[in-house]
Amino acid sequence: MMSSKRTIEITVNEKRYEGLVEPRLSLADFLRDQLGLTGTHLGCEQGVCGSCTILFNGETVRSCLLLAVQANGATILTVEGLAAKAKNGDPLHPIQQGFLEKLGFQCGFCTPGFLMTLYEFLNENPSPSEDEIRERLSGNLCRCTGYQNIVAAVLWAAERLGQSRIDNGNYFAP
Amino acid sequence: MKPAPFEYVAPHSVEEALAALQQSIPDARILAGGQSLMPLLNLRLTKPKILIDLNGISGLEGIRETAEGLSIGAMTRQRRVERDSVRERCPILAEAIRHIGHVAIRHRGTIGGSLVHADPAAELPAVALALDAKFEVARDGIDRTIPAEEFFIDYLTTALAPDEILREIVFPIVRPSSGYALEEVTRRHGDFAIAGVVAIVELDDAGKIVDARLALFGVAPTAVRARKAERALIGREPNADAMLDAAALVEDFLDPPGDIHASSAYRKHVAAVLTARVLKRAVQVCRDRRL
Repeated sequence: MMSSKRTIEITVNEKRYEGLVEPRLSLADFLRDQLGLTGTHLGCEQGVCGSCTILFNGETVRSCLLLAVQANGATILTVEGLAAKAKNGDPLHPIQQGFLEKLGFQCGFCTPGFLMTLYEFLNENPSPSEDEIRERLSGNLCRCTGYQNIVAAVLWAAERLGQSRIDNGNYFAP
Repeated sequence: MKPAPFEYVAPHSVEEALAALQQSIPDARILAGGQSLMPLLNLRLTKPKILIDLNGISGLEGIRETAEGLSIGAMTRQRRVERDSVRERCPILAEAIRHIGHVAIRHRGTIGGSLVHADPAAELPAVALALDAKFEVARDGIDRTIPAEEFFIDYLTTALAPDEILREIVFPIVRPSSGYALEEVTRRHGDFAIAGVVAIVELDDAGKIVDARLALFGVAPTAVRARKAERALIGREPNADAMLDAAALVEDFLDPPGDIHASSAYRKHVAAVLTARVLKRAVQVCRDRRL
């Protein structure tokens, strides 16, 4: 059975796109295969690993559990759009920089999902405790780091954002 | 790992959704938040010919305070209930939601979707049972109300007929003289519970138990009330003996399934330990609220 294709229009990282999709196509596959935005990674495709986490109308979601047709009209932020939110000509967002400084990744497969989860988290909670960080990250799996360095990266980023917030304004502007 | 092809229908009203459902029984599935159905589709454990997406029906979303309690539209996101000020009127609901999956899951996951999916290890069915919630169901112009006690039939099976849609759920408020708590054991935060218990306890002015409700999850094909243990608590001082007696009755009555995550005996033991623990906390909450 062939199901009829539909046209969708979405805004990803402040750019408008149009696509023609089969209803069964996931939003993650649409981003990767049709828009070429392969920064969003697909690990488990069943909502367990968190690698495909993106911001959908300003909220974290798992893009493997959404259909592309459901994203018609939506505004999306993926990891490719994160560095653009850096200030002072920095090449990376402070959260990304934290992962570099503290070796918060090894193979890097899970990293985009962590970054997007943390982007929402540090906006909501600018100076989290280690327990709060670990609770929020419980939805993202990393098989390399043992999480220790990821937590250190978050603490580094929170501190940097705290210092910068005063001088540079909003790192989380929609 | 990709869904089988399906036709996609996105109705704008409950009436349109019911009509679409009526035309496509038994080949249709209803898509709510998708946090359970999408994995099943991706794994091809279910292959509906038609997917009816309720996400475009604004009338199914919202929280209303009524005389009876909180009426929550079936498509209301879990995260919204967790953060809404109504959590003060029905705090056990917000407490339970914090245990569901993770924030990204709760942004999409809905109150009604979780209840209709009826996973035996899920928190919301146990809360609905403990509170004696009511399920408002729509079917082709005729609505009916199903009490929580009759809603959960078996593993992933509810009293909802194939041509019915859950419209809203009414959660009676927890009376100010009551205390409530939820305890569960999971491998990691947000996982499905190996065992869990919801308790609501009401004390009289003399400090004795006048009402006790215990709903267990993860230990039977559906969430279940431990009625014998509840009855045994009535009229007693809320001391350690009373709680251990209730725990023993819970252990006695359960015959949980064993699987890769936990054996039957372990689940049973954990359920009993959690029963004593959750009762202690519920009584403490009760005392704090009465101060």
